[in-house]
Amino acid sequence: MGSGPQGRETAAAVLVLNPEDNVVVCRRDVRAGESLVIEGEAVVARADVALGHKIARRLIRSGESVVKYGMSIGSSTAEIQPGDWVHLHNMKSDYIPTHTRDSRERR
Amino acid sequence: MIIANGYLRADGRKGIRNVLPVVYLVECAHHVARLAVERAQDEQVHLLGFPGCYPNEYALGMLKSLTTHPNVGGAVLISLGCEGFDREGLAAAVAASGRPVETVVIQEAGGTRGSIDAALAAIARVRTVMKEQEHRAPVHISDLTIGTVCGGSDGTSGIAANPAVGRAFDRLVDAGAVCIFEETGEMIGCEAPMGIRAVSPEVAAAITTSISNAESYYRAMGFASFSPGNAEGGLSTQEEKSAGAYVKSGSRPINGVIRPTQQPDAPGLYLLDIVPETPPKFGFPNISDNAEIAELMSCGAHITLFTTGRGSVVGSAISPVIKITGNPLTYKRMEGDMDVNAGRALEGTASLDEVGEEIFRLTLEVAAGAVTKSEALGHREFILTYKSADALGTLCGMPVR
Repeated sequence: MGSGPQGRETAAAVLVLNPEDNVVVCRRDVRAGESLVIEGEAVVARADVALGHKIARRLIRSGESVVKYGMSIGSSTAEIQPGDWVHLHNMKSDYIPTHTRDSRERR
Repeated sequence: MIIANGYLRADGRKGIRNVLPVVYLVECAHHVARLAVERAQDEQVHLLGFPGCYPNEYALGMLKSLTTHPNVGGAVLISLGCEGFDREGLAAAVAASGRPVETVVIQEAGGTRGSIDAALAAIARVRTVMKEQEHRAPVHISDLTIGTVCGGSDGTSGIAANPAVGRAFDRLVDAGAVCIFEETGEMIGCEAPMGIRAVSPEVAAAITTSISNAESYYRAMGFASFSPGNAEGGLSTQEEKSAGAYVKSGSRPINGVIRPTQQPDAPGLYLLDIVPETPPKFGFPNISDNAEIAELMSCGAHITLFTTGRGSVVGSAISPVIKITGNPLTYKRMEGDMDVNAGRALEGTASLDEVGEEIFRLTLEVAAGAVTKSEALGHREFILTYKSADALGTLCGMPVR
């Protein structure tokens, strides 16, 4: 299938923005256990992942760059399995801490 | 191609609206100004102002730019009387631009009631002069300055709304418009790809300097241009948000880095650096989206293309805001506020090129007078705060024509 939102491909639940990426983006809410076909490879979602959020398409070792748009968007803070939801619980910025609603509690 | 019948100003620029701003020069004059605007019952009378009592060069420069914006035909200033703002300097700048201007001083005009009456009379007189001076002229795409900003971003912004705006920007730049994208704090991590697009090594160096300044500024603030809603929408880091924000700029060469109130006099694409060059002094560079829209307008923006994922409702005084969401669920929830559903590119019912074309066409229609949803809903938000931003800073790489 086309690897960008340019295409009219509607079947795919997730979007590969750049072939170098180790994460994909959900085009709709994805359910845990759902089978995804990412550029010919089968990946099973290991969590419920919402529209706009990211799923690992391959193993990302702890400390490795998370790559989206073909560029690094931060580093993993834990080993991430294919199919895992990738977000603040397992990655961080390489520039500046991310501010969330519970930042104050976590401090 | 003529796209609109606009308003020719004495400086040669053309407006797509004919707004009469009523400007409070300190918070103490805000209520009088607001009531005068409400009672004027005129869609084109808008409220602007600056709340501080201490003088600030940046705020003065901003209000000078905004009251002489091409969409503005004249102005009424509302002063309490004892504030530190340079009201004579502002009035002189408006008058020097060939526009009618009147000042109402509350302490001299009989307090609240007398000042509202005086303001209404001043609005009527300025309106009359605006009508007498009115000079309509054809507007071409090359007469337009278009800004873009994002607010309430989520994981869809960077893959639907922003790339669609990028495509519209490419069309506008190719047709000779000035296009401005902004927020160096939201470009942290994108220095390398931006540098490649710079028209010269000097512009590439200016971009790198601006981004590194933004990074250290936001580091001093404690966190970046990143809100809790961004994280809830699927964005994990500043650099991820940056990559998605950056695609709004499209693909054309970057002509230069500009600062608030600097108006490019050559067509092309510009990066607006909104982060002060001085060490942090007054807090966050821009405290909310409308502060950024005000700065885009200070650089001449006739229209702002506003992309959102979570769903922003804001509009703006002076320049219409076109709202574009990349999130199909947000579009369904807030259709009354959204002008464009870029979420169709995610759902697969339209290509990004098609959505970009829709934004391009809508921009021309709004320039011709079509009313945006935020305009129709009466959104005229405006905010201006203390800031240090050198109006005569680095206007880098402006092509000489």
